[in-house]
Formats: sequence, C-alpha cells, structure tokens
Amino acid sequence: MELFTNQVLAGIATGAIYACMALAVVMIYQAIDHLNFAQGEMAMFSTFVAWQLMQWGLPYWVAFVLTLIFSFIGGIVIERLLFKPLAKAPVLTHVAGFIALFAIINSVAGLLWDFTIKQFPSPFGSSPFLGSQLISTHQAGMIFVTLILLVLLFAFFRYTRVGLAMRAAASMPESARLVGINTGWMIALGWGMAAAIGSIAGMLIAPVVFLEPNMMGGVLIYGFAAAVVGGLSSPLGAVVGGFLVGIFENLVGTYIPGVGNELKLPIALALIITVLVVKPNGLFGRAIVKRV
Amino acid sequence: MSTVQEVVTEAPVIEDAIPKKAMALGPVASLVILALLIATPLFVKNFIIFQMTMWLIYAIAVLALNILTGASGQFSLGQSAFYALGAYTSAILMEHGDINYVLTLPVAGLICFIAGFLFGLPALRLSGIYLALATFALATAMPQLLKLGVFEHWTGGVQGLVVTKPDAPAILASLGLKVSQDMWLYYFTLAVSILIYIFSVNLLRSRSGRAMMAIRDNEIAASAMGVDVSLYKTLAFGVSAGITGVAGGLGAIAVQFVAPDGYTIQLAVALFLGMVVGGVGWLPGSLAGAAFIVFVPNIAESVSKGLSGAVFGVILILIIFLVPHGARQIAYGAQGLIGKLRRN
Amino acid sequence: MISTTSLRLAALSTVTLAFAATGGSAFAQKKYDTGVTDTEIKIGNIIPYSGPASAYGIIGKIEEAYFKMINDQGGINGRKINFITYDDAYSPPKAVEQARKLVESDEVLFVFGPLGTPSNTAIQKYMNAKKIPQLFVATGATKFGDYKAFPWTMGWQPAYQSEGRIFAKYALTEKPNGKIGVLYQNDDLGKDLLKGLKDGLGDKASMIIAEESYEVSEPTIENHLVKLKATGADILVSISTPKFAAQAIKKVGELGWKPMFFQSNVGSSVASVMRPAGLENSQGVLSLAYAKDASDAQWDTDDGMKKYLDFVAKYAPTANRADSSAIYGYGQAQTVVQVLKQAGDNLTRENIMKQAASLKDFAPDTMLPGVKINTSATDFYPIEQLRMMRFTGEKWDVFGPPIDSNLGG
Repeated sequence: MELFTNQVLAGIATGAIYACMALAVVMIYQAIDHLNFAQGEMAMFSTFVAWQLMQWGLPYWVAFVLTLIFSFIGGIVIERLLFKPLAKAPVLTHVAGFIALFAIINSVAGLLWDFTIKQFPSPFGSSPFLGSQLISTHQAGMIFVTLILLVLLFAFFRYTRVGLAMRAAASMPESARLVGINTGWMIALGWGMAAAIGSIAGMLIAPVVFLEPNMMGGVLIYGFAAAVVGGLSSPLGAVVGGFLVGIFENLVGTYIPGVGNELKLPIALALIITVLVVKPNGLFGRAIVKRV
Repeated sequence: MSTVQEVVTEAPVIEDAIPKKAMALGPVASLVILALLIATPLFVKNFIIFQMTMWLIYAIAVLALNILTGASGQFSLGQSAFYALGAYTSAILMEHGDINYVLTLPVAGLICFIAGFLFGLPALRLSGIYLALATFALATAMPQLLKLGVFEHWTGGVQGLVVTKPDAPAILASLGLKVSQDMWLYYFTLAVSILIYIFSVNLLRSRSGRAMMAIRDNEIAASAMGVDVSLYKTLAFGVSAGITGVAGGLGAIAVQFVAPDGYTIQLAVALFLGMVVGGVGWLPGSLAGAAFIVFVPNIAESVSKGLSGAVFGVILILIIFLVPHGARQIAYGAQGLIGKLRRN
Repeated sequence: MISTTSLRLAALSTVTLAFAATGGSAFAQKKYDTGVTDTEIKIGNIIPYSGPASAYGIIGKIEEAYFKMINDQGGINGRKINFITYDDAYSPPKAVEQARKLVESDEVLFVFGPLGTPSNTAIQKYMNAKKIPQLFVATGATKFGDYKAFPWTMGWQPAYQSEGRIFAKYALTEKPNGKIGVLYQNDDLGKDLLKGLKDGLGDKASMIIAEESYEVSEPTIENHLVKLKATGADILVSISTPKFAAQAIKKVGELGWKPMFFQSNVGSSVASVMRPAGLENSQGVLSLAYAKDASDAQWDTDDGMKKYLDFVAKYAPTANRADSSAIYGYGQAQTVVQVLKQAGDNLTRENIMKQAASLKDFAPDTMLPGVKINTSATDFYPIEQLRMMRFTGEKWDVFGPPIDSNLGG
C-alpha cells in the first residue's frame, strides 16, 4: 500500500510536468487549430535564454519576466515570418514547417549552449514538501503555478473579448472574419501566448529534468498525450490529463508484471488511444459537429 | 493549366479533387525516368548504387504513405513502425529461418498489411490531429517493443540482428555477366518498386481507389452515396502498411542490419517530409520526396557540421515556401509550360 | 586540345614510371594503400552531429581540431592528416551509407572512431569484408574486441562489461551481504554493463534483488528510484548517461535514501552530472574512471591536463572543455596519431591494424595516472584499466590501484 501511495504521489509530481506542457499545447491548439511540433523546442530555447540571463547576473524573477516577454515576441515573430506566408498552404505543409522549426531551434541551441546538462534554479527550493520526500517544494510550486495558469487561461477564453475572438478565429476563420475579427493577428497573438506559456513550462520543468537542448523531446510527447486525453479544447482537461497520464504511467510500470516497466510508455499510449476511441474529443473536449 | 491554378489558389486540408489520372505520370515521362533508373547504375560507383537503392526503398515507403494520406485522407506519423515490422520480419526469416530473401518480402508485406488493417480499426474513430497522435504514439512505441526481452531471442534485443546480403543469382554469372551484390540488389529493388508503382496506380484507378478518394474529399457525402467508409479506410491503412513493410524488408537486406535505433520517430518524420516535398497525393512525387530524405541531410552536413540540423530546417523551409505543394507543383508547372509552348 | 592533354598525360606517366623505377630501391620501406600519398593520410570518421545523439558531435569536432594541431606541427612523418568526418544522425542505415562513401568515394585509408553500438554493428561486416580498419570504435560494447571473427575492428574505451565486473568485485568484498538494486538505461550500454555485473557476481548474482530499466525518452526517472528504494536494496548501481545520472543522484538524495551508490563511468562528469545533481547529494557516490576530468580542480596543475587545456584554448575555443566527450575525443585522436607514428612509412591497412595491435604502455595526456593502453594480436581492447573513485567534497578521490579487467587475452 505504501508503494501504491508513493507511486501515485510520484505520478502527481511527474504529472505536473506533463500538465504544464499540455497547457501550452492547448493554448496553441486554440489559436491555430492544430498542434505545434516545435513547441517543446521553443520552450527549451526560452529556458536557455532565462538561464543565460541568470548567468549574466540577473536575479531569477527579472530573468523570468524578460524571458516571458522575449518568448511572447519570439512567438509572434515566428508566426509572422514563417507561418503567415504559408497561410494558404495545406496543413501538411505547415506540419513540415513545424519540423523545420524544430530542427533549426534544436541545432542552434546545441551550438550556442552545447549539450552538457545545466542546472536550472527553482524559485521554490527543493526541500521535502510537507514532510513528504516524494514531492519537493519545487514540484508543489509547479502544481500551484500550473493551476494559476489554468484559471487565467480559462478566464481568458471564457470572459475576455480577445479570448473569445481567438477561439472564433481558430475554429471558424471565415465567419470570424465576417464579424470583424482580425484573424491574422489573432493567430499571431495565440503564437505569442503559447510561446510565453511554453517558456513558463520550460522554466518549471528544467529544475527537474535538467536543462539541455533535448530536454523537451520526451516531455512534449507526454504533453500532447495529456492534452489529447483531456480534450484539446479544454485547459482544465489538459491539466487533469497531465496528472492522469503521470499517475497511470507509474502504476503501469509498478504493477503490470513482466513487461510493465519496459513498456510503460506504449501501454500509457495505448490507454490514451482507447480513451480517444471511446471519447474522440477527449474527456473534457467539446464534440465537433461535422457538416457536409 | 487549369489543374495548376486549382492547386495553387486553394488551400484545403488535403488538396481536394486531384483528378485521378493526374496521380500518375504520363507515358513519355514515365519511360524517360525508367530508362534513367535502369541505365545510371551501369556508369557509377557501387557506393552510388547503394545510395540509389536506399533512395528507391524510401520512395516505396513514401508512396505507401501517399496512398494513405493522399488517397484516403488519413494522416500518419507512424509509418516507421510498419517499416520496422517489415524489416524485422525479413531479417528474422532470413537469419533464423534460412528463408530466401525474395520470399521474405511477401511475408513482410502480408504481416504489415494485417498489422495496418488492425491498427486501422481503432483509428477509424480518430481523425485529423487525433489520428496523427495515435500514429505518432505507435512510432514511439515501436523501438521499445523491438527491444523487449521476451522477443530477444529472435530480435537480438538492443543489439539488433545482422543480415546476410544476397549475391546475384548464379545464372547471371554463368551467362558471363559480372553483377556485383549492390547492382543486383538495385535492380531487384527497382523491379519491386515498379511492381508496387503499377499496383498502386491501378489500385487508385479502381473502384476501391475512387472510394478512398471520395472519403478523403468528403466522408459524410461518400457514406451517403453508399461507400463503406470503415472498410475502405482500414483497407487504405492495410495496403499502405503492407507496402511500407515491403520497403522495410528491402531496407533490412540493403543495410544488412536491423536494430531498434534504426526505426525511431525520426524515420517516420523523414517519410512524412518526403511525402510533403514530393507532393501529397501525387505518386511519382515519391521519388522526389525520397531524394529529399536521402540527399538533403548530406547537403546540410556539407554546409555546416555544427549547424547541420539548422541548415536542414532552412532548406526545408525554402522548399515549402517556394513550392508549398511539393514536386507536384513543379511538374504541373512544367506540364503547363510545355502545353503552352506547343500551342504557340 | 585533345592531343595536348594526352601528350601531357603521357609525359606525366613516363615521369611517374621513371620515378617508380628509381624509387623502388631508394624508398624500399614506403608502402602505401589507398588514401595515402607522400604528403597526406586520409582518415574517415562517422559521428552523430545531428539527431538524438548530437551531444556526441563534439567528439568529432575535437578530433578534427586535434588533427589540425598535428598538421600545424608538421604532420606525422611529413604527412598531413586529412580528416573526413560525416554525420550519421545515430541511424544505422545512414552509418552504412557514410561508411561506404568514406571507403568507396573518398577512399580513406581507414575509418577511425565511428560512434555508437548500432552504427558500428551495422558497418562491421562491410569493413571486415573490405579489409579496412574500423579503428577505435567509440562504444564500450564488449563485442568490438573480437579479434578472431572481426580482425579489422578494434575498440578503444574500456568495455562496459569490465566496469560491471569491477564493481561486482568491489561489492563482494565491501558488502558481501548487500542487496543490489540496478537502474539501467534500456540499450546496449545498460544491458552490457548489467551482464558484466552479473558475471562478476558469479554464483552470488542473487544479490541483485531488483532491476529497473528506463528509456531515454522518459522525461524523468524519479519513479524508478521510488520503486527501487521500496525494495529495500542497500546497494544502488546506476547505469546511466549524464542527464539521467544527475536525476538519479538528486532523487536518491531527496528521498533520504543512503545506499552504497555506484555510478557508471559515462555519467560521472563533475561538471555535467555531480554539480547539477547537487554536491550535497553527490557525496560518497562511487564510480570508475580511466580519464581525467577537466572540471575536476585536482588536475589543474597536471602536465597532461595543461596540454589538453592549451589545445582547447587554441584549437577549439568554442568547445566546452569540461565536457567529458571533449576529453574523450582528445585521447582517442592522440591514440590514433601514436598508431600512425608507429606505422612510419609503411602505411598499408594491414600495418595500421598491426600497429594498433602493438601499442605498449601508451598513456595519452588525458588518462588517469597509471592507466595505460596495451594491445596485442590477441588483445583488441586498448583501455582495460579502470580506477575506483569516490566523490568527496567537490571532486573525485581516486583510490586503489588501476584494476585490470582482463577481457582480452
């Protein structure tokens, strides 16, 4: 029983990582209506920027805020330079664009900061949280920040004009344009916000997994999975999905005899596909009605 | 000309209404390409022949993806899984079963067809982004399955399996023809590629092919017209996986080695890029796409070692900026130009 | 035009013939294979500069820089080294393509330091069939020292299995009743080292009470440690690469778990593992080493280390000198230069293999004191000595003599 609780707690701790990333995934999905495969790399690059600023002697929070601004602007710039000209190209071409972006960012980060792992500080420290050695204060802090982000995002999409306009622009660009929404800039804004949220995720994840150019590879897969399980249109779903994936993965590794440990990821992914088969729009997603 | 305008001005999810005859190449162009493919190896080094063999093999795999995405409109980032399955099937049959390499290919194709068909069943309920994720998951899981301790006796686990390269048949030698292993394998691969190409073109022109394209263009409408959507979608998955499996088997024979590290998500991404660069839904584009997979990394590397990834990315962006519809756009453009010149 | 060219060609060939005729006796010992001229030796290399293992790209860059330094110093016996290095993205099919390009298109004398077990396995058969040396492969898989089946393939770094064996020996003497928990990377490194550990424990292999494998695609490996701790193991063997090694050391510290902690060599860098994991968590961790660590202050005054640091400052100023891969590349390049020096003017592929198999007490600048490279016709494992070390304060304390693992004859 102790092992069970421990694994669940450890799952929540790793789940926080996935949840954080999943929020960024939902953000971009709301803005452009599909996934950005370079999102993890963008977050990694932002985190390196924060690290570099701190190396130059800036205090954590100053570096944090500057990185947020950098990422927001960086996201918009990428959209304007790279994806706006492709607006008329098919979606598959966009995916190729994401892959190109992935390769470029990864390679440049490797050249600038090399591949040795770097320690990234945590504003929350890393002592045991409430006496539990399984969750550190950093992980507790991460969960807390994730929840705040969740509330903010929820409010943004639900109650602000910009948020509603953005959703409209993503899901029904033509109708949105007709009611006077500047869909082009909505998309750019979405990229900026997604990049900024990604940078927060990166800065929260780095103290746990260590900073290096390939740090987001694994995280992004789980982030996608979490977002999809929860429903790509729901920030709440993404966060719940993140924790579910984290916990489930640990339990599979611990309790399925023989192959459980070796096949943790495949089994977790199989479960996700099962969820999707039963609920194609995720646990919290809105059903999409197709029209002829 | 009308096709070009149609393609360039519109930007739907998967380009719609590709006329079915436009999915293949005209007879003259086909013959010219075929002649080049047959003649070139006679004049180049063995190493280049090997590269060309890999090029053809990737072209088969890209073509398979094209049938899935271009014809039936289903998106896959998991082709590396079927490629791996085919490669391992061939390798295991050859090394453990002592079966002739030629015979392993239909088996690889069949096993992958079944696997693809089965995977297509749950995938039926998924579309777009969700299907992309499910196939992505499959590609990520595959290397781990191959490493699994339970199968280690057959798969060689993390160490992989070394495959013996086949010699040219003794008949050729007795006829006084000196054919190197590489050259033999190349012509063998070429023969398989041609068979698969002809099969694919005919498939897409058949009733099944038209049904798949109808689903791609509008699933609900197709269903209303009496097309068995589930059947044709899973069938597309199966056929695509089967062809990919044959490519994988050929790949294992050409490289003489299979290991989990050879079939990661990177391969799936490469095949996907090959399809986009070649032109989605245009079968001959598979050759152009495969050339991209084989040669562009080498170009990127020769520009800069430290930034080869970035150079690769920049080349890719240039391609999609200049020709968002891939090689198909160039071919149609050229066709239009020739037509215009003729008329003048 | 045609006639002048052919005339020139004819003249040229006459000169060459004459030269060859007269030179036959004067330079009797000069014997070349493809890839060598009087002024140049062509060496090929395959390294993942891109893809998932791009972290190792620095090895190729350092080797390139090292050969540049050698060339600036006049080369080897008057010949400059032409180092041709290609990227395989850690993909076996690509490695085969690049190896063939090196051999058939660039026509190198031999291929030096190709990286990774899968890539090397993929090209091994080809290289041996062509009788081209596949020298000093950059992997510790034990199978690359099989001089009988593959006389053209030689390893360099200590075999992973020997590491396992040495640690097994240590555990048996220090904690004969211990319970061992193993955390290993699910690849050739993990499997090979684990096998060595089991072989070394012999009939006491039952000391291993738990084995946990992780995949490199996992973002964190914390949960594996939670599980291992729950088994009650009091010896932890962590067979892991730097990122995961640091995660493991940190998590073990956070869990308040105090096992006898053995960290495999690949994940023992002070700069990229111990310091990121937190010095307080790293105290007492055991490991094995054969090379010095540039981020370890104790070597700052060491002569060999000074040479290395001067080299990095001058020839690879952008490289991270503390990266253990950089030190690796330096030592490997220095070894191959030694082989070429020994080969003198007899630069045939056969002689390259022969000289590589007759290194005697060779100690590259970056080796730990006492660790020497020895090879013979029946010993294709160049570095076989390792030294135990314990992390104390901010550095590794080497203790005990160099231990021979004796995998080769």
